[in-house]
Amino acid sequence: MSTLIGDMPQQPMADGSTIPKPIKPWKPTPKQLLPDLLGAITAVVASLIVVAITPLAGGLGLIATFFSVSIVVASTISWIRQDRKAAANSVSTIVIYFLAAFVLLPVVSIIFEIIRKGAPGLSLGIFFSDMSVTSSDAPLNEGGLLHALVGSLYVVALATVVSIPIGLLTALYLTEVNGKAAGVVRFFVQAMSGVPSIVAGLFIYAVWMISFGGTYTTAAGSMALAILMIPTVARTAEEVLKLIPTDLREAGLALGATQWKTVALVVIPAARSGLITAVILGVARVAGETAPLLLTIGGNDAMNWNPFSGNNSALPFYIWKNFGLGTETAIARAWTGIFVLMVVVMIFFTLTRILGNKKR
Amino acid sequence: MSIAENPAPTQVPKPREITTEPRFSDRVFRGVVSTGGFISLVVLGLISLFLLYNGFGVFRSEGLSFVTSFDWVPESIENATQASYGIGAMLYGTLVISFIGLFFGFPLAFGTALFLSYYAPEWIKKPMVLVVDIMAAIPSIVFGVWGYFILMPHAEEWARLINKYLGFIPIFSMPGDFFTRSPFIAGLVLAIMIIPIITSISREVFAQTPLDRIQAAYALGATRWSMIRAVVIPYGKGGVIGGAMLGLGRALGETVAVYTVLNLVYDIRPEILLSAGGSVASLIVNKFGEANAPELKALMAAGFVLFVVTLFVNLIANVIINRTVRKG
Repeated sequence: MSTLIGDMPQQPMADGSTIPKPIKPWKPTPKQLLPDLLGAITAVVASLIVVAITPLAGGLGLIATFFSVSIVVASTISWIRQDRKAAANSVSTIVIYFLAAFVLLPVVSIIFEIIRKGAPGLSLGIFFSDMSVTSSDAPLNEGGLLHALVGSLYVVALATVVSIPIGLLTALYLTEVNGKAAGVVRFFVQAMSGVPSIVAGLFIYAVWMISFGGTYTTAAGSMALAILMIPTVARTAEEVLKLIPTDLREAGLALGATQWKTVALVVIPAARSGLITAVILGVARVAGETAPLLLTIGGNDAMNWNPFSGNNSALPFYIWKNFGLGTETAIARAWTGIFVLMVVVMIFFTLTRILGNKKR
Repeated sequence: MSIAENPAPTQVPKPREITTEPRFSDRVFRGVVSTGGFISLVVLGLISLFLLYNGFGVFRSEGLSFVTSFDWVPESIENATQASYGIGAMLYGTLVISFIGLFFGFPLAFGTALFLSYYAPEWIKKPMVLVVDIMAAIPSIVFGVWGYFILMPHAEEWARLINKYLGFIPIFSMPGDFFTRSPFIAGLVLAIMIIPIITSISREVFAQTPLDRIQAAYALGATRWSMIRAVVIPYGKGGVIGGAMLGLGRALGETVAVYTVLNLVYDIRPEILLSAGGSVASLIVNKFGEANAPELKALMAAGFVLFVVTLFVNLIANVIINRTVRKG
């Protein structure tokens, strides 16, 4: 049956009768809604009048007035019609709607500004050239961010290669082995996801540069990112593995498979799409990280195809550098970098959504 | 497979020895997985070890004044200065901006979580959850640059308004006309950044509220707000506080977004609207570029302090959340 219940009355049944249209007795009638509607109109009109005749002006004044007037009007109406409790309910409802609306504002503004300021600098050329022969004041159609894109690709790919096995083993330890220390490990993996990104960068600097005398490389940056990525991968993978029914494991064991074979041939294949989601979530988590890269990859205006030697750039680093330069064209380049970075992050974000939905 | 292929039924196979002892391959498997499982613990240990090892000299020479004094003067022969490192002002500044972030971020996140759990119609709920998730995915450098160019002009006006009407309170006073790059603005940026984490933890907590108690409250004639006050908030209080602390932990460690909008000053100023603040994480980025070897050690020490503080906050937050949400 693909038709909705609401469409039913048009279709006579086999015996000639029709299914009556479903009624919703809990739905407010227009008469009941009338005071609310009038209240809303009063609030809008009143706040417009207040803004017009008092020095309160601009968006902020309008919002503040609208907020207070709505509360007064709604609570008065509820109090008159019912009682004090209903008035408190109206006030809280309005406050919560406003709070939720305020949360939308920055996101909408950020996305709008990224498109407005980032799109003008976009051209096919920026994906095919670097900044090695272009000064930061050169027009936007010269130079590009290929080096940063390739650098980001390298850092994130290497970080992924390191964190997949560690994250997966941690998740397997927590779900399959579930040893005595599982509680402690779970606790510290949670704690690890709160390590500030700058500390991860500082740690890699202390190990890589100070203790082992290394230099700035892409690989050093990817190690710092891996520290931030491991807990995300491990925790998501644990959640996914927990969802695999115990029956599957018991069936594997009952057929005589060893635990290793059960995990490798039954549990992991069953959890495959979820595990991929875990990895992509980790990638989305670190793709935009800036602070650790500032301490580890050194920065570069030219292409560096070798991740194990020499300075390199990355998209966040490119944005940071151009923002710091501060000239008009550099700022425009930074916004374009942000545009590209957000597109990359959003691609991974969408991938996790698609894979995550398929699971259910 | 036909029955004929089976061996003659007279040959009864010897019964297998029944044992709970894991086989060799399983012992190897468990060994490998357990080792891998402990890597996170080892990494956390190594982080504290290396930062402490590198910063130890500074801790010894500066003593307690490392976290209480205000000056950050690297040793320099041409200026004839003696090295003196103190992150007191930065530590204070970190706490100030984080609490401003929590002050604005927590009510917004709490209200949004209530909205999504109990008020929003289905057609608003789904896109709204998506928006909050997108918010969590926006990199901190984007928040920083947006905060600097877009939010700052507005926030400056708000700061002027606060100063105009509440300026008699010392923290809102203003000695000059320096409203940009203040702890107030850095706190606003942090507030936006910690909203997603507090919202998602709070929603997780609210989702655990027993349905029978909610329905009982409604059956007794409670309005939606009375129900929330009588059932949802008492039940989820702990988890929501834990979520707020996780947000605090994130705010304490935030680097790039704070650094782009905050003016670092090595002094403790009570005025939060003034263009002078501090942040340990930003100090590290700020000084890292031109630091000489001893100063680098001092930065390691600062990093160690930051690590310990955030780890502490996160551990407490997780204990609280685990107790209320993820039991069993």
